[in-house]
Amino acid sequence: MSEVIYMGEKNKKLSEKIEELSGEKITLCEQCGICTTSCPMADDMDITPAGIMRYSQIGDEKVVDSEAIWICASCFTCTVRCPRGIDLAKVAEALRELNLRKNVDHIDVNHLDEELNELPAIAVVSALRKFTS
Amino acid sequence: MKIGVYVCHCGGNISDAVDVEKVAEFASRQPDVAVVRSISHMCSESGQRAIIDDIQQYNLDKIVVSACSPQFQGETFKKAVAKAGLNPNMVVMANIREQSAWPHHDEPENATEKAKILTAMAIEDIRKKEPVEKVTLKMGKNVLVIGGGIAGIQASLDLANAGFNVYLVEKKPTIGGHMAQLSRTFPTEDCSSCILSPKMADVAEHPNIHLMTYSEVLEVNGSIGNFNVRILKKPKYVDEDKCTACNKCTEVCPVSVPDEFNLGMTMRKAIYLPSSTAVPHSHVLDEDACLGLKPLACGLCSQVCEADAINYDDMPQYINLKVDTIIVATGFDIFDAHLKPQYGYRKYRNVINALEMERIIVEMAEGHVIRPIGKDIAFIQCVGSRDAQVGNLYCSRICCMYATKLASLLKRMDPSREVYVFYTDLRAFGKGFEEYYRTAQELGVKFIRGRPGELAEDPESKKVVVRVEDTLTRKIIEKKFDLVVLSVGLVPGEGTVKIAEMLKLPRSADGFIKEAHPKFRPVDTPVEGIFVAGCAQGPKDIPDTVAQASAAAARAMSLMNKGEYEMSPIKAFVHEDLCDGCGLCVDKCPVDAIKVAGVAEINVAVCKGCGACISSCPRNAIDLRIFSNEEVMAQIDAALRDKKPGEKRIIMFADDMCTYTLADGVGTAKLKYNSNTYIIRVPSSSRVTPEMMVRAFEKGADGIFLGECEAAVSPYPDTLKVIEENVKKAREMLARAGIEEDRIQYSPFVTVMFKKFVALADKMLRMAEKYGDIPEEKRRRLGMEKVIYHE
Amino acid sequence: MQKFPYYPGCTLKQTAKNFEKSAIASARAIGIELVELPRWNCCGAVSSLTSDEIMRHVAPIRNLVRVQQMNDEGMLENEYRLITLCSMCFNVLKRSNMVVTGDAEMLHTINQFMDTEPDYEGTVEVMHFLEILRDVVGFDKLRARVKKPLKDLKISPYYGCTLLRPKEVGIDDAEAPTIMENFIEALGGEAVDNPYRSLCCGSYHTVGENKKIVAERTYKIINAARRNGADVIITSCPLCAFNLDNRQKLTKEMHPDFEYMPVLYFTQLMAIALGKEEDAGLEDNFVDPRPILRERGFLGVKQ
Repeated sequence: MSEVIYMGEKNKKLSEKIEELSGEKITLCEQCGICTTSCPMADDMDITPAGIMRYSQIGDEKVVDSEAIWICASCFTCTVRCPRGIDLAKVAEALRELNLRKNVDHIDVNHLDEELNELPAIAVVSALRKFTS
Repeated sequence: MKIGVYVCHCGGNISDAVDVEKVAEFASRQPDVAVVRSISHMCSESGQRAIIDDIQQYNLDKIVVSACSPQFQGETFKKAVAKAGLNPNMVVMANIREQSAWPHHDEPENATEKAKILTAMAIEDIRKKEPVEKVTLKMGKNVLVIGGGIAGIQASLDLANAGFNVYLVEKKPTIGGHMAQLSRTFPTEDCSSCILSPKMADVAEHPNIHLMTYSEVLEVNGSIGNFNVRILKKPKYVDEDKCTACNKCTEVCPVSVPDEFNLGMTMRKAIYLPSSTAVPHSHVLDEDACLGLKPLACGLCSQVCEADAINYDDMPQYINLKVDTIIVATGFDIFDAHLKPQYGYRKYRNVINALEMERIIVEMAEGHVIRPIGKDIAFIQCVGSRDAQVGNLYCSRICCMYATKLASLLKRMDPSREVYVFYTDLRAFGKGFEEYYRTAQELGVKFIRGRPGELAEDPESKKVVVRVEDTLTRKIIEKKFDLVVLSVGLVPGEGTVKIAEMLKLPRSADGFIKEAHPKFRPVDTPVEGIFVAGCAQGPKDIPDTVAQASAAAARAMSLMNKGEYEMSPIKAFVHEDLCDGCGLCVDKCPVDAIKVAGVAEINVAVCKGCGACISSCPRNAIDLRIFSNEEVMAQIDAALRDKKPGEKRIIMFADDMCTYTLADGVGTAKLKYNSNTYIIRVPSSSRVTPEMMVRAFEKGADGIFLGECEAAVSPYPDTLKVIEENVKKAREMLARAGIEEDRIQYSPFVTVMFKKFVALADKMLRMAEKYGDIPEEKRRRLGMEKVIYHE
Repeated sequence: MQKFPYYPGCTLKQTAKNFEKSAIASARAIGIELVELPRWNCCGAVSSLTSDEIMRHVAPIRNLVRVQQMNDEGMLENEYRLITLCSMCFNVLKRSNMVVTGDAEMLHTINQFMDTEPDYEGTVEVMHFLEILRDVVGFDKLRARVKKPLKDLKISPYYGCTLLRPKEVGIDDAEAPTIMENFIEALGGEAVDNPYRSLCCGSYHTVGENKKIVAERTYKIINAARRNGADVIITSCPLCAFNLDNRQKLTKEMHPDFEYMPVLYFTQLMAIALGKEEDAGLEDNFVDPRPILRERGFLGVKQ
């Protein structure tokens, strides 16, 4: 069954919010797909990076609820490849923050990892920075 | 002096808002006005007739038409007064339609008052006007065409056939350019060198074309009608007329180097025939590859040459020419795919670029296999184009089509082969293009909408792995190909960049040579007498190149055809008795038109009439013909006459090309702005000196605004800098007299900035109201201010 | 000895002690003293990328203030080039430095906030140790100091992400870097090509439920290195080192055909080549590099 997206005020507000928070002009994305095939994590994502940009452009909540933005590793490969010069890493960050700023963590700090003692500090700090509010 | 003033109703367009009779009555009370009429349609046959009859009957010598914009009907009235025997400069239009009746249509009283003042300004302007002679240059019939690709070839043939004398200079040993390297051309699949060869032969045989190959333009001085060109003709060491191209020399030559014509994929000898279709059809000895000429290291080629064509003592020749016009046809280079290392060009064996593919196909058709191409082939589009990461934001226009063509050729060669084109947009815009794309699809070429971020190589099979997001299914797809072809874009050629610098031709943001006007003068450059054709101006295909080449030839012909060329009469000139040769003006001129020989001399052929030099002269020795200093100041004075107490008036200087056009546009769109703004038309706001600005305040102005074209569309380079400097000096003088500096503002404009114009006019008025009236003593103190000139 | 301010970062005092130890020793061997910043704090490991971020620049900037203080207090003589070893610390510090010095209002706000600290004046230049080797010391000088050239040792450089990206921050061309290859050659080793040399290792996904993502990357990167004949891999980031080294265990569980390969910090090889093998800290690496190094004759021979 195909899904119809009824575009309304909510969509406009969401895409504006994403643009504002990321500081990037997401309307510049021409959907070429270079980001997707540059992304080392793309195979594990439910929405591809180009898809993330598209859903951000039409302001569909799906992108804020996606798993993909959490699979992102902030490696910046998309940023250095985008032919329109868009910094996608900032867009992904904005989408994560839209969740985290609701005071909802993506990772449960209390049940972090049996390996906590063996993990390097850099791993724990960066994970908590990206996944918690 | 007897002035005739004609006020137009414009069929209601003016008279609905402006009380035309009151304006006519006002005009009749102005000094030297002998005849005043108000007429329904001035531009009509009867309106023009009225002017002509009055001139003849009443011996009028100057005419004012208060009607629409001079940009709208200015030419009409110039022709009318010329018919009546007056100099065409003896008519001025007061713009009471676009700049009063229309924008102030809901303020009829103010619109009428403003129309009166605009008419007064026109009257005072014309009282100071003098007849101006035509500016003509003697023109000969000599043209230099730089670049021997299809653009240069076509332009040369058109000119030569029309009886003009063409010097065609090409840096390679043969003409033909990149077109000679192609296999087939889209959308007809004509064999490229087959259709090109006859034209190349025509060039070689044409009595009016002096062909210089293996030659480079070293230096160009002078201006239209008088270009002095210095050319280096490199030694070929082979006499073109004696060589029979028998190839014996090539066979014995011991040196092999990469063949440029085949992009380094095959080898050639040091003495070689540049290509099988080379024109001139002669071998050439590459002295850098040769084992040695001085002293002679080998000498084998000369020994076997039966035509005795080889001459080791050949020397470079320097040729000096004088030509009247120049056509730049220096073409393009392809984007160097090394700049996108993620695609593995020259790293992965099976990744090549599109031009290499062309050569491979051509050679295959002749039975030589340069390299195997395998079965399954992929094309990657937009390599080096539409890419902010390499700094090429533009689209190269031809790659979608050439890839479709190459894909079709490959598929037809072997229908069992899989051919994919990975694109972002498929641009098939030209005649026959969409149909050709459809045919390619019918052949089974697969088009996938997705751009790969990188290519990988299968370590065992050396096949290339292409991974893309098929953006239409949103799935990532991966496929191995035997060969991947990078559809590289076009970049400004090395020759184009060098010649642009040499001839002082500006380049657009994309790096290609900039045309004088993007819509209406696509083959003119901003330098008078120099034209551009083909890919030197921007990426394009062969039909567009040929069209441009013929257009450039026609343009050159139109300048040279009558033996003399009439230029715009708006030129700066020097009052030699006032000039002391200080030379401050020389650097101010944006086109280097001034040199000092005792006194300053302005080269009329080069001068663009912007007037930027005027404000640099401490002795006021420079003036402009038409829009002269006196005329501008007369308009300023008239604009500020009879100000009521408390009334605010803002003077706006509007450059003709952009700001004045913009103001007209705003009026035409009936957008409203305050009626306190009075516009004075100038060729460039840089001709407004600090003294003029200060004088405006002295006479009662409450604010001044200067509008000028944005640099990107300006016909004059660098005038914005001059305006900035002039405004700074004027502001300093205001400050010394205790007047607020920001009463003077300036800004670049383009003709579509309607909202910005309206906002600005209103902002100026609000500021004037906020600051209040300028007290009389401050205005008088201004009158004592002098401009400080730097050394 | 030329003194430089040095920012270790948390992990170099914790699981990556061998990185620091080998770095300090090899730096000393080429005449550089790494003077640790007093009272430094954690840089935060990652940059916050939203447009409204100010707060999370405080921690990195405070470290840069320390550099100023070191100069003011005579610990350093007019040296504002801060050396980092950890690629992620380098990226965060350099990025914050760029953002803050480009926005006068933000700098002012941060300085106001850190009211007990001296103001940051924007004078510090954040550099990575490899940059110092290339631009300040010069790879030729490094080569001249090598006592034990790593002859025939095939080394695959692994750049990871944060050393090269984004372009404004990177120490070399993001698509075709050569700095590590040049470093390897200066040590006398043989640089082996790896198409995945800047493929992200998986970074912080090593924490939590997505460890397998990391293991898959490890598999890909190390296999590519092996296929091109590499003996060892070098890296500059303790997170990359953990992911490429320690996670080999998980990789082996997921892919039984996987073969271990030693992963070293570039300074560990540098220490060995400069004759300081006792400071190379090789005993702390997860996959033991000593067998292969011993086999090739790089260990155990006193110079």
